[in-house]
Amino acid sequence: MRSIIFTIIFCIMQPLQAAIESRVFENPVYESRYYQMIDKLRCLVCQNQNLADSNSELARDLRDKTYELIAGGATNNEISEFMVTRYGQFVLYEPPVNRHTLILWGAPVVFAIIGIFVFVRVSRKSKNTTLLTVDANHVAQARDLLKDKSNN
Amino acid sequence: MRYLLPLGLFVALAVFLGIGLKLDPREVPSPFIDKPAPALELPTLFDNSKTISNSDLKGKPWILNVWASWCVACRQEHQIFVSYSRSKRVPLIGLNYKDAANDAKAWLQELGNPYDIIAFDLQGSTGIEWGVYGVPETFVIDAEGIVRYKHIGPVSSSTMKNTIIPLLQSLQSNG
Repeated sequence: MRSIIFTIIFCIMQPLQAAIESRVFENPVYESRYYQMIDKLRCLVCQNQNLADSNSELARDLRDKTYELIAGGATNNEISEFMVTRYGQFVLYEPPVNRHTLILWGAPVVFAIIGIFVFVRVSRKSKNTTLLTVDANHVAQARDLLKDKSNN
Repeated sequence: MRYLLPLGLFVALAVFLGIGLKLDPREVPSPFIDKPAPALELPTLFDNSKTISNSDLKGKPWILNVWASWCVACRQEHQIFVSYSRSKRVPLIGLNYKDAANDAKAWLQELGNPYDIIAFDLQGSTGIEWGVYGVPETFVIDAEGIVRYKHIGPVSSSTMKNTIIPLLQSLQSNG
């Protein structure tokens, strides 16, 4: 319990004093890739923040590591792989499609199909019922009204 | 009859949300389970000139406990390791994570030192290799150097008694 409270306190407190470090890049492509990567990687301490937004000490270390890897010529995939082998798939904000994430990626499609199916059925049903409930008297009345209008 | 479907959906949703409440999002499963332990090549806390390495520990299961003097939850679990160390079942290795050496030594003097060897990870780089994201963390490594178990957060006496010690016993009887 105490550790949870401290984690919360630290998550709130740190932004007051720490800002994201400035980095020097030898090439602008590295720079954009660096910001792209720290945006895509999750900080495991403040779990709903990425490395770019989190001010926890671990996030800072992992930003350092990302910088180091990019400067050392690692590709984005290699950096992701480095993080995944150490911290697990959870570190990726956008999980790759595989056996374990099939439900995650597939569920929206399944729900969309169910939604379309229900929508079509319901709208078809309501169309049928409106046709059936208009009785002959009302139709005749409507015709009379239209006739009056056209005579005027 | 017409309310059966919404009721069914509600019950299913309630069950899923109920399961979701029971899960602890802080317990991220370690990708190292059943994989070879990462490198532990560091100077020791008490003697900078000495180093520790995985190969020193081969042939016997061992426990790695990641701790720091600034870590409040480490105090909570420390006595469990102190009393465990008296039984001398397997080597207990400490990984002192991002700590000042003097603070760490003072902390051990105050609370007791259960560790056979303490690796000193000032930069936290070995911590990254092991996927440490919150101290304390505890790993159990078997005689072949394969990670068998990871516990995140302070080890309670029931975790020690019901999970770690039985696991070590089964690892020792296999080895």
